[in-house]
Amino acid sequence: MMNLSRSVALISLFLLPLLSFSFSVDNPTDRRVLVLLDDLSLKSSHSIFFNTLKSRGFDLDFKLAEDSKLALQRYGQYLYDGLIIFAPSTERFGGSLDSKSIADFVDSGRDLILSADTSASDLIRGISLECGVDFDEDSSAMVIDHSSFSVSDVDGDHTLIAADDLVKSHAILGKTKIEAPVLFRGVAHSLNPTNNLVLKVLSASPSAYSANPSSKLSSPPQLTGSAISLVSVMQARNNARVVISGSLQLFSDKLFRSGVQKAGSPNKYEKSGNEQFVTELSKWVFHERGHLKAGSLVHHRVGETDEPAIYRIKDDLEFSVEILEWSGKRWEPYVADDVQVQFYMMSPYVLKTLSTDKKGLFHTSFKVPDVYGVFQFKVEYEKLGYTTLSLSKQIPVRPYRHNEYERFIPTAYPYYGACFTTMAGFFVFSFVYLYHK
Amino acid sequence: MGGKQDQTANGSSKSESMGAKKASPDLLNSSFSFKSLKLKTKQQELLLRVSILGLVYVLAFIARLFSVLRYESMIHEFDPYFNYRTTLFLTEKGFYEFWNWFDSESWYPLGRIIGGTLYPGLMVTAALIYWTLRFLRFFVHIREVCVLTAPFFASNTTIVAYFFGKEIWDTGAGLVAAALIAICPGYISRSVAGSYDNEAVAIFALLLTFYLFVKAVKTGSLSWALGSAFGYFYMVSAWGGYVFIINLVPLYVLVLLITGRYSMRLYVAYNCMYILGMLLAMQIRFVGFQHVQSGEHMGAMGVFLLMQVFYFLDWVKYQLNDTKLFQTFLRITVTSAILVGGIALGVGTASGYISPWTGRFYSLLDPTYAKDHIPIIASVSEHQPTAWSSFMFDYHILLFLFPAGLYFCFKRLSDATIFIVMYGLTSLYFAGVMVRLILVATPAVCLISAIAVSATVKNLTSLLRTKQKVPQTGSTKGVGSSKSSSKVTLDQSQPFQKNGAIALLVGVFYLLSRYAIHCTWVTSEAYSSPSIVLAARGAHGNRIIFDDYREAYYWLRQNTPTDAKVMSWWDYGYQITAMGNRTVIVDNNTWNNTHIATVGRAMSSYEDEAYDIMRSLDVNYVLVVFGGVTGYSSDDINKFLWMVRIGGGVYPVIKEPDYLVNGEFRVDKGASPKMLNCLMYKLCYYRFGELVTEYGKPTGYDRARGVEIGNKDIKLEHLEEAYTTSNWIVRIYRVKPPTNRL
Repeated sequence: MMNLSRSVALISLFLLPLLSFSFSVDNPTDRRVLVLLDDLSLKSSHSIFFNTLKSRGFDLDFKLAEDSKLALQRYGQYLYDGLIIFAPSTERFGGSLDSKSIADFVDSGRDLILSADTSASDLIRGISLECGVDFDEDSSAMVIDHSSFSVSDVDGDHTLIAADDLVKSHAILGKTKIEAPVLFRGVAHSLNPTNNLVLKVLSASPSAYSANPSSKLSSPPQLTGSAISLVSVMQARNNARVVISGSLQLFSDKLFRSGVQKAGSPNKYEKSGNEQFVTELSKWVFHERGHLKAGSLVHHRVGETDEPAIYRIKDDLEFSVEILEWSGKRWEPYVADDVQVQFYMMSPYVLKTLSTDKKGLFHTSFKVPDVYGVFQFKVEYEKLGYTTLSLSKQIPVRPYRHNEYERFIPTAYPYYGACFTTMAGFFVFSFVYLYHK
Repeated sequence: MGGKQDQTANGSSKSESMGAKKASPDLLNSSFSFKSLKLKTKQQELLLRVSILGLVYVLAFIARLFSVLRYESMIHEFDPYFNYRTTLFLTEKGFYEFWNWFDSESWYPLGRIIGGTLYPGLMVTAALIYWTLRFLRFFVHIREVCVLTAPFFASNTTIVAYFFGKEIWDTGAGLVAAALIAICPGYISRSVAGSYDNEAVAIFALLLTFYLFVKAVKTGSLSWALGSAFGYFYMVSAWGGYVFIINLVPLYVLVLLITGRYSMRLYVAYNCMYILGMLLAMQIRFVGFQHVQSGEHMGAMGVFLLMQVFYFLDWVKYQLNDTKLFQTFLRITVTSAILVGGIALGVGTASGYISPWTGRFYSLLDPTYAKDHIPIIASVSEHQPTAWSSFMFDYHILLFLFPAGLYFCFKRLSDATIFIVMYGLTSLYFAGVMVRLILVATPAVCLISAIAVSATVKNLTSLLRTKQKVPQTGSTKGVGSSKSSSKVTLDQSQPFQKNGAIALLVGVFYLLSRYAIHCTWVTSEAYSSPSIVLAARGAHGNRIIFDDYREAYYWLRQNTPTDAKVMSWWDYGYQITAMGNRTVIVDNNTWNNTHIATVGRAMSSYEDEAYDIMRSLDVNYVLVVFGGVTGYSSDDINKFLWMVRIGGGVYPVIKEPDYLVNGEFRVDKGASPKMLNCLMYKLCYYRFGELVTEYGKPTGYDRARGVEIGNKDIKLEHLEEAYTTSNWIVRIYRVKPPTNRL
């Protein structure tokens, strides 16, 4: 017995480095996920969602949001790669957790799923505000839609919405089209217009608005129509991914299983789109999909292999970069026809689309422009749902040296002729003048 | 006329004195005595002359070493750092690399073709001295060579001044000129040890060219003209001020033509000098085809053509032998020549082949031009119009001797004196327009003043000698004897003439000694500061050294990534690249006004607007110079209005009145809100509000401007303080990357 436990300890000791490096450049998929709940009953009421995560190999650590031992990092090392906060009403986290430490968690490149709900606490609003998402200030407001509600909405206040305005991105939502509408009951949010990293994944229909369903509408609602976002994602500059949902029920077993029929639509679905939507979204947020990495930028003159320290104007050069995509298990060549390279000095002088050899290598060749200066090769690849690639490499471009110009210009031959005949003539003239007599 | 007489008289006196030499019998005497060393008069004179010149040579050198003694052997100021950096490059990489050097470390991201945009004369000179010394097995550091190049060339200038003086007046004037120019503050200000700037060798080249040209005009010899062409080539290679030569010489020729002093000598001298000088000057990449394409050089070409017309007319006159016919011919020729020239100039200008005058040239002719049109030229302190006090400071008694010298020159008018008069008058006008051009006027002022001193002293001494030596004939100097005949009659009418002469002589020597004292004082107190190291007097009279600049540059060198880009006002660009070895956005070579305006705009914008500009220029660090703690007044806050003006000149969103309150520039509570929140203000005064700088004053008391600052609570959003030197003179900020989630 003792022996066994010791060997387990030994094994875990060996595994420890593996575990701690599980989230890395080489293996970007998250492994350890902390789930914060404000009520442990959520564990069973949302079990389908959690079980799909577990079945994909995630190590879920369920904690109560008020747990006084909560900690995201120990000895300066993060204990988790991802964080799921299903605690919309928590006013204060236990332990050392607060909105700043969660922001730091994201800034360290780790991922977050945050779900608010009606009467979301200031804490949750604060975290989402950090990510560019602004929940409706009225804490009792919900999204109401009198035209695209779900017919199964028994209360009759049209707060159970059948939303089907999804973002069109294979990277975020997978290749399989989500046919059935997604059921949503919760609070509306809008996006910070100055933040261009956050985007709507699931938007409300134009007829939606945000108001308190139980009271009479006294003034026009603040948030209306498609400005309302139901579920948003944010990909930070360091490629940390965040999902923010206005509804906790969206993830629940109940809505996963319920059938759906959008009001005014003849199509009736046995099962709502929630499960597919949430599963695909979780694949994206935990970097199982849409994660790219690029090798270094390689460039050299045509016919050479070494990278020069400086180019001359009008040099012909070859440029290449390797881009790989993470498939969830291994790195595979990324195939796309829209990767571009800029030869850039305050503005792009050359902009070329790279061609790919289907093995991950993107390459092109071009002529250095007739302008000297300090240029940069720039690959700025921002594709919806994919990791942002922002690579640049500085390279100076010099003008011709004084002896690199043509020595004799054909058009100037008359001048050369004139020059030499004058000299010869002068010589002859002097000779004649001096010795004539 | 008088001049001619004088000269011939002089010559005869020399032969006379030669004849009157005492063939001393002691020479034959083998007994050892001082008498055996007695030299002939001429030898004595030569010995005196050589020893005086030698002393002046040494004096000119050592007077310029104050800066080394007071501080250390270091390069001064701003531009010299660039010159030093390029010289270093030249000695390390050789001439070919230097000539084709494309520098990617300055003017990021534009870069600068250094080989094609500098005057290489200075660097090549220093490198040659360095290589010569190494060849002679003196293993000196290149920095020492650079530091001492200016004094060395100042010494050489004194020799040229001697010959020039000799050429236009006599040896006495030459010696006085050499002595005056050796210590003249107007020249010392630009040639102390460490002041490794183009002017250091350019004044030598300028004077040499003028001297050789005057010599060529005087002799009509091709070889002197060739010499002056080479002198001109050296000048062109060394300094942009060569434009002065290429305009003054034609002007001088024109004046000679108009005053009817046209001669074959002039024809040979000018044509040879102009054509060869032009061809040689074209070899300098920075000058290129300017001699045939730029408006500033067209005068020289016009005069060249005019010379040919003159020559042609002379020939026709000789052929025709008919005055009336010649008059008609003259009218037609001159009219058509002017017409053709005018049309050629008009077509050239209109087609853009001939470039118009540059802003700098305009601002010389019209001192108010730069202020209205080109703030970047007007902003440079050395481009300001000269104050009377600085004339007095730089010339001292020469200012009074100059008109006297002019009087003597006019009295004895010759081709040479006409030249020096023209040189003196034009350069003095330019000196009045721009402070830095005092330097160009200095040799002329020294020479003309030397004529005044020499002529006066000579007259006075001859007056003293007359009485004693009238009975003795033959042994007096020619001038004395020729004058004495006229003076003798005067002598009778003025009985106190001798006493008067003595008094005047004493006065002259008193003035000259005051001049020497003044020059020494000015050199040691005012012109020997390297300006990169600041010195101040402490409360107890002790000397305090502020070495903040170098501290900051070495910090940059040691602590920032090698490819970091530093943004600062252009004044510090050369120093950052030379000492900090980091890429700068703009530097002292102000060739691209837009780029400088962009930096000016960033400095005078709010932080978030400035951040976008800095991001677009890939700026990693921002460096500002701040004198609020030490009371150092030439800091960035005091230069700030120029940044606003230069920025506003290109980007009209920046408006000067936004930074002023009732036309007044303030930094205290009454300052304008834009001023209190612009980037420059924030960077200078960040954390300054919590500092007590002076006893009995509130926190945040700015000692340079003597006010309590208006915004003590400065928060930086996109930048963070990276380094502040011990006396807060240089402050460096790091530009943060964009926030992760926004």
